[in-house]
Amino acid sequence: MSAPGPAGDDFGARLSFDRGVPGRRAVDVPPWRGEVTPLPDARLLRDSVRLPELSQGELVRYYTELSARNYGIDSGTYPLGSCTMKYNPKVDDLVASLPGLAEAHPLAPAAEVQGTLRTLAELSRGLGEITGLGAVSLAPAAGAQGELAGVLMITRALEDRGELAQRRRILVPDSAHGTNPATAAMAGYTVTQIPTAADGSLDRATIGRELDDTVAAVMVTVPNTLGLWERGIEEVAGLIHDAGAYLYGDGANLNAIMGRVRYGDLGFDVVHLNLHKSFSTPHGGGGPGAGPVCCGQELAPYLPTPVVTGGDDGLVRLVAPERSIGRLQQFGGNVGVLIRAYAYMRALGLDGLRAVSGQAVLNANYLRVLLGGHYDLPYDRPVLHEVVFSGSRQRRDHDVRTYDIAKRLIDHGFHPPTVYFPLIVEEALMIEPTETEPPEAIEALAEAMIAIAAEAESDPETLHGAPWTAPIGRLDEATAARRPVLRWQPDTNGGS
Amino acid sequence: MAPPPAGGSPHPYIPATESDRARMLDRVGVADIGALFADLPAAMVDPAIDLPGALTEPELIALLGERAAENADPERPNFLGAGAYRHAIPAITSHLTAPAYTPYQPEISQGTLQTAFEYQSVVCDLTGMDVSNTGLYDGASATAEACLLAARATKRKAVALLEPIHPGTADVVRTYARGAGLRVDVVRSGDAASSEHACLVVQQPDFLGAIVDLEPLAEALHAADALLVTMADPFALGLLRAPGDAGADIVTGEGRDLAGPPHFGGPSLGLFAARSVFLRQMPGRIVGRTRELHPPASNGDEPRTGYVLTLQAREQFIRRERATSNVSTAQSLIALAFTITTQALGPRGLREAAELSYQRAHDAARRIAALDGYEIPERGPWFSEFLVRGPIPAAELAAALRARGIGPGLDVSARQEPEAQQAVLFAITEATPDAHVDELVAALADIGGEA
Repeated sequence: MSAPGPAGDDFGARLSFDRGVPGRRAVDVPPWRGEVTPLPDARLLRDSVRLPELSQGELVRYYTELSARNYGIDSGTYPLGSCTMKYNPKVDDLVASLPGLAEAHPLAPAAEVQGTLRTLAELSRGLGEITGLGAVSLAPAAGAQGELAGVLMITRALEDRGELAQRRRILVPDSAHGTNPATAAMAGYTVTQIPTAADGSLDRATIGRELDDTVAAVMVTVPNTLGLWERGIEEVAGLIHDAGAYLYGDGANLNAIMGRVRYGDLGFDVVHLNLHKSFSTPHGGGGPGAGPVCCGQELAPYLPTPVVTGGDDGLVRLVAPERSIGRLQQFGGNVGVLIRAYAYMRALGLDGLRAVSGQAVLNANYLRVLLGGHYDLPYDRPVLHEVVFSGSRQRRDHDVRTYDIAKRLIDHGFHPPTVYFPLIVEEALMIEPTETEPPEAIEALAEAMIAIAAEAESDPETLHGAPWTAPIGRLDEATAARRPVLRWQPDTNGGS
Repeated sequence: MAPPPAGGSPHPYIPATESDRARMLDRVGVADIGALFADLPAAMVDPAIDLPGALTEPELIALLGERAAENADPERPNFLGAGAYRHAIPAITSHLTAPAYTPYQPEISQGTLQTAFEYQSVVCDLTGMDVSNTGLYDGASATAEACLLAARATKRKAVALLEPIHPGTADVVRTYARGAGLRVDVVRSGDAASSEHACLVVQQPDFLGAIVDLEPLAEALHAADALLVTMADPFALGLLRAPGDAGADIVTGEGRDLAGPPHFGGPSLGLFAARSVFLRQMPGRIVGRTRELHPPASNGDEPRTGYVLTLQAREQFIRRERATSNVSTAQSLIALAFTITTQALGPRGLREAAELSYQRAHDAARRIAALDGYEIPERGPWFSEFLVRGPIPAAELAAALRARGIGPGLDVSARQEPEAQQAVLFAITEATPDAHVDELVAALADIGGEA
């Protein structure tokens, strides 16, 4: 039964499992009418599977209700900093679903999948042009896997140089995404943190001091997570190379600079991109993404398998680079996502991509100016794709935390920005409007945040209890972690 | 594409018009957009970039339509499996999958979070495990993460992979192991795993289609204080014993084929579930059930039930270099599709579909074995993928089928297993039409007649 019970509106208490009735089913399976083969020995088989039993209509209604309890980019402004939540063109989903592309088997011979392979080859070439790093592997499934690929490529290169045993450190800025140090550790390196200078760029003195022959690489995000240009990065690249180390680029913020400056020209040796961000493939509630890795000629032999290449016979093929770090997935990557990214690149062209980065940067600066004075701005200079405010004034003067401000924004109809990141900004509010928001939406977001700043003074209790209009109120996260309930069990529910 | 009309927005994806931009630039206090990039090194700004020009939506659809037509006909008979299988996906699966993003704000992400909890519940039951995360990239990288977890938990520096295992899975484990400094041994018998190994990875069914009896392997491994990692096909688990019931410690798997078409390999979905003792060592995101802090009047002053990301102290954005994994964005949308397919099939449907695959594949194998010159190498109980040895070498057999418009299985004749010698690996599932099997049998007979 899917009608709400008398207990009220506790929708979340009843999962599909609680809503089923034995004997109902949502789809049927054709019967086998041929000769019957006995099943294997019973000890190899299972008795039953515990799954819900709902009719098709009930299952559709349950998941439709769930989708209504979600805020997505198609619902409204979603200014989650560092995540580049922009409108996802629907035509990209359409073309990726064409049966000829969607049904392609990953082990099909190259001659039978030339349409897919040619598309991937053109995407690779385009990403090489955009980054200025012409050797590309599309294999990584997401940004973090692209990072792992890039760092393992550096490992192989150091191995071939005979310096792997000595170069065991990777330098990572304190403003970096958490994936950077986590990746360095996963690849077996020790992480040394580099502080951020007063102007929001890397502290040059620390880099100069730390750079020696024990350093394998420096991982730098450009623009950085404060939304700021990393001043003098091209000179830092020179210092890193002089010390015999590599410059790794976290390209998560490519949206700010597409078509305007290239990682390769700046001196980066290898960079990963997040196509689910800059190239607007749907984030899907946390994936799938795609995290291609691009590099110059020196690191090209180490790229993950496969890379796409054209052969003398005119056929495009997947190949393993000579000294590849190996595979990252059983097959070739999130190809359905890559086709969407290709469609995005083709829909915009170079002028369109430049219009994207220009408008994304203008939108962030517009918001910076509209909100200036109402919230603290720890690094007060023009920004690129995003702007990081601090709620420290509200906390100090009114005992209102950034957490409360974020929750109150929900009542104003916005998805809150990223909060408490980057870690170096106290009570951080990291806002990335993206180019797909019209000026009216940015103005409305600014008005809501200004109203909340006023409310922090006049009525902090309202903020402490927010949100008031969401499908559910603040949840007890502490108990969730202390006494984890992580799956449906017949005995942990209030009954059906 | 025609240039945009003067003053209009530059592209349908970018709303700001020229007058919007002028107003915004004025407020920001700069003359033009270029001025916002003043911090960039001037000598490197606006480089020459060679990209094709923009396409309108109809042009884009036409272009990708041409590309789709360059691929082989998706409707022709095709018996390639080897890690990617075609299943009958309910129509409601694609209808109901609508994307959002990482649910950092649970109050307005209950749809994503509750769905993830449904997913974890399904995966736990299918695998016989206590806890599941919300999914990783693919089955192979999930298996690699399982090896890293096993090495952390046992403090051992080697892992073992049991043949026959998918070569792609073995490759991915090697890639990840290199970073962690682990040795990877490929073994041909469970006895070869020793007290040096953190775990033994066993594919179920194995790469050549056979059903593995996991229980004796688990017993031997546990006696050596090593773990059993099983990479299981979740579809086959509709019929096969849950690996956890047979003693597995961690179960991984590839969920893509229950979510939708193969898309040339991805987006995929890495299942990852474990015994509860490993909960705080798990990679990836985990969703937990909890209640509201402030009970609302609308629910009779009782707190309502909700779902949150939990146990995040394991994760990279908090723990940084001490995280259990670097994974952030994974494959949530595919996990949603997987959940809907399995729940739509329900307890009986999943079993019936798995049994139908078994029956249809065994019937086809029997018909092929009855043809002159063909044999099905004997290797114990198997699920729905089988080896065929024909009257001509495997590569020639595959080519002859291709010449007749049939996608053959995978030529595995280069493998070391005796049963794979001169063999082609065919996959038949519940979604393989009877007519395609008939065409295959007729084509093989025809090829046999010419040999």
